[in-house]
Amino acid sequence: MKTSIRIQKDDFDLNTEVTALAGDGESGAVTSFTGHVRKEKDLSTLTLEHYPHMTEAEIGRLVTEAAQRWPLTGVTIVHRVGALKPGDRIVLVAVASQHRHAAFAACEFLMDYLKTHAPFWKEETRGKDHHWVEHRASDDEAAKRWQK
Amino acid sequence: MTLLYFAWVRQKIGKSEEQMTPAVADVAGLIAHLKSLGPHYADAFADPSRIRVAVNQHHAGLDAKIGPDDEVAFFPPVTGG
Repeated sequence: MKTSIRIQKDDFDLNTEVTALAGDGESGAVTSFTGHVRKEKDLSTLTLEHYPHMTEAEIGRLVTEAAQRWPLTGVTIVHRVGALKPGDRIVLVAVASQHRHAAFAACEFLMDYLKTHAPFWKEETRGKDHHWVEHRASDDEAAKRWQK
Repeated sequence: MTLLYFAWVRQKIGKSEEQMTPAVADVAGLIAHLKSLGPHYADAFADPSRIRVAVNQHHAGLDAKIGPDDEVAFFPPVTGG
């Protein structure tokens, strides 16, 4: 299985990533999720911090888990860090499989688990105020539905 | 052992990393030790329900055993994605 896990400051291009994942014809289906910074009142910057090495390791463990549950041919996960503006891309999860059902399910599984397991933290800047985004209980509920 | 702090835990303690090897057996013992080191630590660990832990880059619980060669990280619940 092709696996690419990258944590980077730079933006990414969806078409480039999907072509790299499935352009060889081995996969009949690719699903992708792209997360963007939501525009909110007075929000000027969203700054993402992470735990280098653990982030890549933890996402790698989630990809391994997904590959055990569904017949996947490739996974690309790109997560940006640093200072982002409303509208900017934050995260890409792209999943390739021979058929669509596995690709849809595994993409959603990976995104739900990334939200609750990958060590990233968001800090909002609104005017002169900075504050850390609180973890959402609804994200825990979303991840729980995948528990066997 | 190597201690790492992230997000507001890092800000409250005032540093991102430090080395220390207190005589503790598990994560709960380490937190109790850190709280005794001063007001910044006491503030960071005031509400244990808001703290998450990783030992050697794996999520861990308060009962996880730790030793001198381990890397222990403290951080808030994650908010990526």
